[in-house]
Amino acid sequence: MGDHHHGPAKGLSRWLFTTNHKDIGTMYLWFSFAMFILGGFFAMIIRAELFQPGMQLVEPAFFNQMTTLHGLIMVFGAIMPSFVGLANWMIPMMIGAPDMALPRMNNWSFWILPPTFLLLASTLFMDGGAPAAGWTFYAPLSTTYAAPSVTFFIFSIHVLGLSSIMGSINIIATVMNMRAPGMTYMKMPLFVWTWLITAFLLVAVMPVLAGAVTMMLMDVHFGTSFFSAAGGGDPVLFQHVFWFFGHPEVYIIILPAFGVVSQIIPAFSRKPLFGYDSMVYATASIAFLSFIVWAHHMYTVGMPVAGELFFMYATMLIAVPTGVKVFNWITTMWRGALSFETPMLFCIGFLVLFTIGGFTGLMLSIAPADFQYHDSYFVVAHFHYVMVAGAVFSMTAAIYYWLPKWCGRMYNETMGKTHFWISFIGFNLTFFPQHFVGLAGMPRRIPDYALQFADFNMMSSIGAFIYGASQILFLYNVIATIVAGKPVSDEKVWDGAEGLEWTVPTPAPYHTFEKPPKIDPAHAHS
Amino acid sequence: MCFEAKRLLKLALGPVLMLMSAIALASGGEVNQVNMSPGATHVGERIYDLHMVILGICTVIGIGVFGVMFYSIIYHRKSKGHKPSHFHESTKVEIAWTVVPFLILIGMAVPATSTLLEIYDFEDAEMDILITGYQWKWKYEYIDENGENVSFFSNLRTPQSEIYNSQPKGEHYLLEVDEPVVIPVDTKVRFLVTANDVIHSWWVPELAVKKDAIPGFINEAWTRAAEEGVYRGQCAELCGKDHGFMPIVVNVVSKDEYNDWLATKQAEAAEIKELMAQTFTMDELMARGKAVYDRACLACHGANGEGGVGKAIAGSPIATGELGGHLNVGINGVPGTAMQAFGGQLNDVEMAAVITYQRNAFGNNMGDAVQPIDIYNFKKG
Repeated sequence: MGDHHHGPAKGLSRWLFTTNHKDIGTMYLWFSFAMFILGGFFAMIIRAELFQPGMQLVEPAFFNQMTTLHGLIMVFGAIMPSFVGLANWMIPMMIGAPDMALPRMNNWSFWILPPTFLLLASTLFMDGGAPAAGWTFYAPLSTTYAAPSVTFFIFSIHVLGLSSIMGSINIIATVMNMRAPGMTYMKMPLFVWTWLITAFLLVAVMPVLAGAVTMMLMDVHFGTSFFSAAGGGDPVLFQHVFWFFGHPEVYIIILPAFGVVSQIIPAFSRKPLFGYDSMVYATASIAFLSFIVWAHHMYTVGMPVAGELFFMYATMLIAVPTGVKVFNWITTMWRGALSFETPMLFCIGFLVLFTIGGFTGLMLSIAPADFQYHDSYFVVAHFHYVMVAGAVFSMTAAIYYWLPKWCGRMYNETMGKTHFWISFIGFNLTFFPQHFVGLAGMPRRIPDYALQFADFNMMSSIGAFIYGASQILFLYNVIATIVAGKPVSDEKVWDGAEGLEWTVPTPAPYHTFEKPPKIDPAHAHS
Repeated sequence: MCFEAKRLLKLALGPVLMLMSAIALASGGEVNQVNMSPGATHVGERIYDLHMVILGICTVIGIGVFGVMFYSIIYHRKSKGHKPSHFHESTKVEIAWTVVPFLILIGMAVPATSTLLEIYDFEDAEMDILITGYQWKWKYEYIDENGENVSFFSNLRTPQSEIYNSQPKGEHYLLEVDEPVVIPVDTKVRFLVTANDVIHSWWVPELAVKKDAIPGFINEAWTRAAEEGVYRGQCAELCGKDHGFMPIVVNVVSKDEYNDWLATKQAEAAEIKELMAQTFTMDELMARGKAVYDRACLACHGANGEGGVGKAIAGSPIATGELGGHLNVGINGVPGTAMQAFGGQLNDVEMAAVITYQRNAFGNNMGDAVQPIDIYNFKKG
């Protein structure tokens, strides 16, 4: 037995060659945090330029590169890899598996990411600058009219798509094959469920994105006209293909966040999740609906009215399963014994702000009203409420919640709560006024604006600087915890926490569940 | 220093002032407007009503949901000694919170559908305007009219000096154009929207029109303004570097005023047709050329031809070189650079004048005068 019980290798090779799910999870998390800082830095440049009317710091062309890279890096570099990292750490520990099903591929799917983002960031220094057509890179602005760096951008999209597909195949294989005996599907923690469904979404849509960028590549270099009407193609085709990927993509981002919140709220309410089954079905319904609503991003492209109506009705329907989720979380809290440690604060922040983002989403689904909202700052406000307050807040909650289990040390609670309140205030100061300027007619993606939008934009910029600064506190708190946090040794770090991950020692040893755990049949899902 | 001090003061007082001004609700392009404007059209009012109804429903649901949550947060605290109950799952409750939202959605879908159908009713338009998006300006063509075809470009009028803060910003900063589009009041105007290069989107909030301008395709939209006035909007789809600098201004005027305006524009168009056949003196060309230069070239090439975003024209090998090469750059642009093809944007008189001006101003004393017929011949090949 002795030989099988080895710890990590020493030095750099531990990280380069590791096949350990915890090591890979850790690398994903640190990498995504680095990208979060980089994407955040670009956002700071955007907000600094928009602090006042008039061009102050950067030129319009560079501004467009900043909005584009901010979006791409936050979506593909920060949010998605962070949840993959969390999946790596937690899924084996939650289902009682010793590791991921495909550990070597796991190593590979992480290690192709850093060079890819290095390549993407390096486009900033290329002739003509980085891609500047927005994170949605609509053709022909992103093809015929793009800087030469678009080729490098296409390559990086291909590679990170590859990484995502490998990561999700791994998750599907792990969940389907590696569950401990007795861990039936309907006993899996919700985080595992949401990730399983997310992984299917990823496998389904990443190839579509790869197809879209391949067609771009052909248009740019091989004289095809997929997206050019002059050659018999159609610029709107690009949008259909992109959003067929893009809409499921937003659920790829938010479903694991739902999973996290569904773990943490019961823990700090000291009460089981109200409707486990309905949460699973709601997640699956949202995933299904995400495939048939893509053109609600394109109400103004001139679709026939029948198409508009179909996409409007289908989109409105998403409110039903999303409502089921919100009602479930609140009923879980109802008559619990609530306490408000940092993870719970971030989850409550998520609950309030994500619900607001859901409301504006419902408003945006109404096609005739969308003729006024579309491509305005109202949309920017909406998707930051669901992306930042949704995905990022829940990710932050997850870090605070599981960090003590990972490193056997407790973070500083006061600093955590401070981080929450500064984030919460900064976030709302940034994005709430953007609803106003959007409704008043300010288009998105403009480097300069009319004078009537000045005050709210200044407010937004101040909020953004506050929110940005609060992340430094977060980084400090995490590092301080790992280095010198107060040691914890209870297996169950939180008294209300349920699930297999809380049955292994704290800090979690390098290898867990080498022998499958016994699942108490009476003790369904956490 | 004064500027810095003002900025700091504004920064400190900003949020307070903002709250105060936000309370004074305003409509229609006002400072610190916080809500959608019903605008000047019936469709706009219907959209506004729909927006308010759905916002209202969301607010009520929000108050309910957050109310329950905060009640729980306040009264069901562990620190208050509240003991957790362990209830979970209730088929009745779960069916209710699935069915009730569904019914609310049906209630929303009914007015949404009828509004959408109204927006899509393009029948009985009384006039058509073809709108073409260019990087980064709009072109308007009044078609289906008897008589002379009227068409013109509408460019941002805000000077670079205001954008780069060397001059105070005017009231309509970034929302002003050299030539607004003019439409009559109480008339169903159909817009045919397309683009010449990349996708743009023609958006005037108060006319309740937003339609993507897509190269190679023609989209339809329409408006019927109930009130005269000046309505301002912007390009809504990212279209490259100067996406933020291609505003839209629509003057809605009385039908009589519109007819007068159209007659004047048609006369101008007829005049330009005549001018095309004329030969101009050097002085005439230089005077016309300077006007065109200031409007179309100055932003990139500088007031004295010293260059900027674009190359210098003073002493440039193109402007002081062989005429054919110069015409080629002016008319066909330089692909892959910010230098656009102006052949379709300037008429032959303007093109002749501005080329002459570039070859003879800023110390480029080439001494050659280009006539409209030269442009015509060059374009014909």
